[in-house]
Amino acid sequence: MSEVTTVVLVGVGGQGTILAGDVIAKVAVAEGHDVKLSEVHGMAQRGGSVDTVVRFGEKVHAPIIDTGVADHLIAFEITEAARKLQYLSKTGRLVVNSRTIQPLPVLTGAVGPAQGVEAELQYEGAVFIDAEALACEAGSPRSANVVLLGAASYGLPFAEQTWRDIIAARVPPKTVEDNLRAFELGRAACAKGVCDL
Amino acid sequence: MTRSLMSGNEAVARGAWESGVSVGVGYPGTPSTEVLENLSKYDDVNCQWAPNEKVAAEVGAGVSYGGKRALVTMKHVGLNVAADPLFTLSYIGVGGGYVLLVADDPGMHSSQNEQDSRNYAAFAKVPMLEPSDSQEMLAFTRAAFDISEQFDTPVLIRSTTRISHSKSLVEVGERRVAAPVEFKQQPGKWVMMPANARARRVDLAARLERLSAFSNECDLNRIEMRDPGLGIVCSGIVYEYVREALPEASILKIGMVNPLPEALIAEFASKVERLAVVEELDPYLTSRLKALGIKLVETGLSAIGELSPGLIARAFGAEPAELRDAINDLPPRPPLLCPGCPHRGVYWALGKLKAVVTGDIGCYTLGALPPLSAMDTCVCMGASVGMAHGLGMTGATEGRPVVGVIGDSTFAHSGITGVLDMVYNGAEGTIVILDNRTTAMTGHQGNPVSGKTLVGDPAPALDLVALCTALGVRSVRTVDPLDMTATLAALTEETERDGLSVIIAKSPCALIVRSDADPVAIDEELCTRCGVCVRLGCPAIMKLQTGQPVIDTAICVGCGQCVQVCRYNAIVTVGPACDFGGGLK
Repeated sequence: MSEVTTVVLVGVGGQGTILAGDVIAKVAVAEGHDVKLSEVHGMAQRGGSVDTVVRFGEKVHAPIIDTGVADHLIAFEITEAARKLQYLSKTGRLVVNSRTIQPLPVLTGAVGPAQGVEAELQYEGAVFIDAEALACEAGSPRSANVVLLGAASYGLPFAEQTWRDIIAARVPPKTVEDNLRAFELGRAACAKGVCDL
Repeated sequence: MTRSLMSGNEAVARGAWESGVSVGVGYPGTPSTEVLENLSKYDDVNCQWAPNEKVAAEVGAGVSYGGKRALVTMKHVGLNVAADPLFTLSYIGVGGGYVLLVADDPGMHSSQNEQDSRNYAAFAKVPMLEPSDSQEMLAFTRAAFDISEQFDTPVLIRSTTRISHSKSLVEVGERRVAAPVEFKQQPGKWVMMPANARARRVDLAARLERLSAFSNECDLNRIEMRDPGLGIVCSGIVYEYVREALPEASILKIGMVNPLPEALIAEFASKVERLAVVEELDPYLTSRLKALGIKLVETGLSAIGELSPGLIARAFGAEPAELRDAINDLPPRPPLLCPGCPHRGVYWALGKLKAVVTGDIGCYTLGALPPLSAMDTCVCMGASVGMAHGLGMTGATEGRPVVGVIGDSTFAHSGITGVLDMVYNGAEGTIVILDNRTTAMTGHQGNPVSGKTLVGDPAPALDLVALCTALGVRSVRTVDPLDMTATLAALTEETERDGLSVIIAKSPCALIVRSDADPVAIDEELCTRCGVCVRLGCPAIMKLQTGQPVIDTAICVGCGQCVQVCRYNAIVTVGPACDFGGGLK
């Protein structure tokens, strides 16, 4: 089997994992790879647990993966990072947005919130990024998903300029500057996070 | 030629456009919806949502009769609705090319069942193509139109979630508009009354013979010889999984799943030592190969749910990948009704009345989940109405009112005849039409009630009050579901009334009309922690572990539903900002 790299983006429906997956896929295409991307639409998008899978390499067959296969797991939310952790291979890279979105059964008190998840993810080698804070620093609170793209980009074999070009083409024209700043902050934060380990 | 990244659904749209399609028609349904939305972006194609899939299939038939090419789209359960015209259109054949795209949902990501539409092709006696990726979605769509006109038959294309909603690289072609087939009145072909149908039935058998020969020769089916020790027969997305899981295996890739290329199958079987079928859902290929007397290796793969490369690799002896330890005891994350969703008020009122609620298909099905737990049935589009009638006749609910709940698009799809039935047969009961002015779950498509066409142009909006009155419903009234008191009062009155009543709970989806109201907050001095606001199931309201509810002002849209249910006036419009990270803006 030729080498295929798999990135899995997980989060909560409405968080922007689909847009982020689309950007990664387009960057991989621009860099000359075969690419497949798989999304979930429909009911889960209403605040449910969602994942987007991006795979690239010389030739990619399956758009989805099994557990233990992902090279990169980019989690937009902590509980979802824990829920989907087993997708990540033993040597894979884990980036987690340090933010919890409590699911409805927790909000209503039907079940308790997850306990100790951050420590367990830390043990699994997670690099935590505060995407919302960095997005605000970049000038646009809505660019948290682009901060996470920046974090994802740090471990992916693509030229920084390609990322910048694709992002600039993908986001609304008025927000290009903010989004590129958000991308840089995410990328830098991830570099720092990795160095800190 | 540069290649671009396209979803399977985008690629079908491109293929239809390149084929010179004249009309695209369907009903929204995950995972098929984006085909027509993308097709409508091309020039020279008229794209329309029909009220349901049966109508869509019939509109397509009229286009074909008129000599133009038609693409009809739906999800798998939609084909049940469209089956009636399909089973006779196969006798008639076509004028202009007629292609019906059906998208199955193995694993039920967004569906009530996971039926395998390949069975329909054999049952309805029509050819079916099954692409494996976006490039094939485009190419097979073009091939389907050609086959349709060459063999005088409707053609089905079967997709699944992982093809429709995955993206891969596609090389596009040019549009070529074939000369329209001449419009001819041919009663012997188009009027299926017994004498004509008997003749067409014989023609149909002969056509299937010709299609069988074509299936053996066409490039839609192909043998890929690698190691002759193991041969796999597969189709659709499973082909991609097999390529990844068993890179050395020889493959018979079936692109035309009806009629099957029987000679090619026999040839492949003779070339390999061990032969297995790998397929998702029903044993469609397996049973046919066995009927041909071909010996198969059993894989032990389940007919339930989706396959994956790993499942297939393990079925053929591979060790599973080494896994990290699972992190357990995580709270589940079911999908939910958005902050400000107008359905919430109706479900709260139905809970107050202890109603037995027959439900239907849409976002509002989520009202069945805790804490609202306000729906007792969900079967198929429109079933809420007929089931309310049937349940009412049994008297089994012991004084609890029976209420059918149905969305606006679902009502237009197949709720109207149910209400007609209730009127005709003197039914008791109450039907609530949750009119949120859109087809929300599939991504806010227009419908006959919303008064918006597929491309967003204004259309006459169905007057639900006038319609229900005309059907003979004595009591028809409209209520604003964000007004909890009025909604409860209307439901109380109508469920206590003898006879049939219809309540139209009319308020736009919270995602299509942005509220300009201020978020609200809880005054903890006044709050008694009774929990009534929490039981609305709003993601902006959280019960802290102390029992104190708080409101996430970052996502609260100020709909005021919780304000109305609070008996202590503790929910106020001016309060401390609080962001606990509900996150669903």
